[in-house]
Amino acid sequence: MSEPVLSVRGLVKRYGERTVLDGVDLDVREHEVVVLIGSSGSGKSTLLRCVDLLEELDDGQVLLDGRDVSDPRVDADVARRAMGVVFQAFNLFPHMSVLDNVTLASRVVHGVPREQAERRARELLTRVGLAEHATAYPDRLSGGQQQRVAIARALAHEPRLLLLDEITSALDPELVGEVLALVRELAGQGRTILMATHEMGFARQVADRVCFLDGGKLVESGPPEQVLGDPVHERTRQFLRRVIDAGRL
Amino acid sequence: MTGVVRAGVVSELHRERLAYRRSRSRRSTAIALVSTVVFAALVWVAVTGSPGWPRVRQSFFDPATAWRALPAVLDGLWLNLRVLVVCEVLILVLAVGVAALRTLRGPVWFPVRALATGYVDLFRGLPLIILLYLVGFGLPGLRLTGVPNDPVVLGGIALVLTYTAYVAEVFRAGIESVHPSQVAAARSLGLGYRKTMRLVVLPQAVRRVLPALLNDFVALQKDCGLISVLGAVDAVRAAQIQQAQSFNFTPYVVAALLFVLLAIPSGRLADALSRRVADRQGAR
Repeated sequence: MSEPVLSVRGLVKRYGERTVLDGVDLDVREHEVVVLIGSSGSGKSTLLRCVDLLEELDDGQVLLDGRDVSDPRVDADVARRAMGVVFQAFNLFPHMSVLDNVTLASRVVHGVPREQAERRARELLTRVGLAEHATAYPDRLSGGQQQRVAIARALAHEPRLLLLDEITSALDPELVGEVLALVRELAGQGRTILMATHEMGFARQVADRVCFLDGGKLVESGPPEQVLGDPVHERTRQFLRRVIDAGRL
Repeated sequence: MTGVVRAGVVSELHRERLAYRRSRSRRSTAIALVSTVVFAALVWVAVTGSPGWPRVRQSFFDPATAWRALPAVLDGLWLNLRVLVVCEVLILVLAVGVAALRTLRGPVWFPVRALATGYVDLFRGLPLIILLYLVGFGLPGLRLTGVPNDPVVLGGIALVLTYTAYVAEVFRAGIESVHPSQVAAARSLGLGYRKTMRLVVLPQAVRRVLPALLNDFVALQKDCGLISVLGAVDAVRAAQIQQAQSFNFTPYVVAALLFVLLAIPSGRLADALSRRVADRQGAR
């Protein structure tokens, strides 16, 4: 098999005394959709933040296409250009129009001329179904629309790897569907995606692999039918039982 | 391959990275240090090497004159300090009031709002020195009973009038930066307008504008020296008297240094306060 797009090795992250990630190993191969599940505080978001080099690691490595980007000698800004992130709270820039949000990185970081960047942004906005909102400001849009803009923004510079951090958790139930449909479409196009989510049904449909995190450790990892349907570990079973009780599976 | 790392045991790889980061930060510190020293040395050489330096040093930086002027200037500074404290308290109280009036909504409040806006427009735009003359010489000139005659009090009134206008605008910016949802939450709990302002909006607003408030505080510290134009014997006036006696400008430099020294604790206080708020609210 070819080199994985993302390879996390022995990742440790601490906040003060608390160890949030305690030696995580994880590979994501090209065109693969890997879903992280686990209760709040299990380290899913921290893992994604570490992969995007937004946090300084306390041990271990993050490799992108075989290259160690967690090395302090590597320019993290350059490494991040190969990744696109969508945050739980959208994090759109409220002082910029939708179009400017999407084209910002292309224009400012990648030096794409405005005209070309905007043509590409309009294509993306059409694909996420928001072409007519290009000149609107983010706060005028619904949560679901904002999150779709955020996805378009993350896709604007053709990232090798898409990181999605609980992107439906801040949305009303009726808006979750439109965002997940978009992610499903991206997965179908062969995008490489690492995502954290609480949407177990979605994970089952779209994931190539599901990873269960607990207490900063990767407890169990495998195809969705196995991890969600017939988990090996007791902790995974407990977690899934609680999720089923909450009516989320 | 590193493999799984046990908690508490740091891998060889990470040890090497930490060492690299340390060496980088040592390098940055060294560069900063060297560049600072070089810059300071260049300035020193440029100033002391200038043709007029011996003359300037004698008339501005004469240690004997400085020592002789110090007691009188310190005496004057004590007056500045008292004026500062009294004025600042008055300014803060009045400014919150003006800011609150300016943020009132609804047509009923239009006259009050217009009055507050007019006040701010007038006294923010009026040069302080002219206001000092108007209040200092014009007000007693009316010969009304009860109007004070003391230049210190009159100077203080002028300072309060001007600075209340500035500080009110700072408070207003803070009040308007608090998200409307905070007001909604407070009103939903049954708090009235005043309680909402006092317990929910103002505490958040003040924290946000603290640096700007302390900025105005330091500006007031300096401007307290302007009451000397009315004849009050403050630090600036004392320095002027000394200068007139010795024909040496060093007393002014002494007064200037004392004002700078006065401003430094305020700056550190501002930093400490903002840090405390940030720590408590868990922001980094």
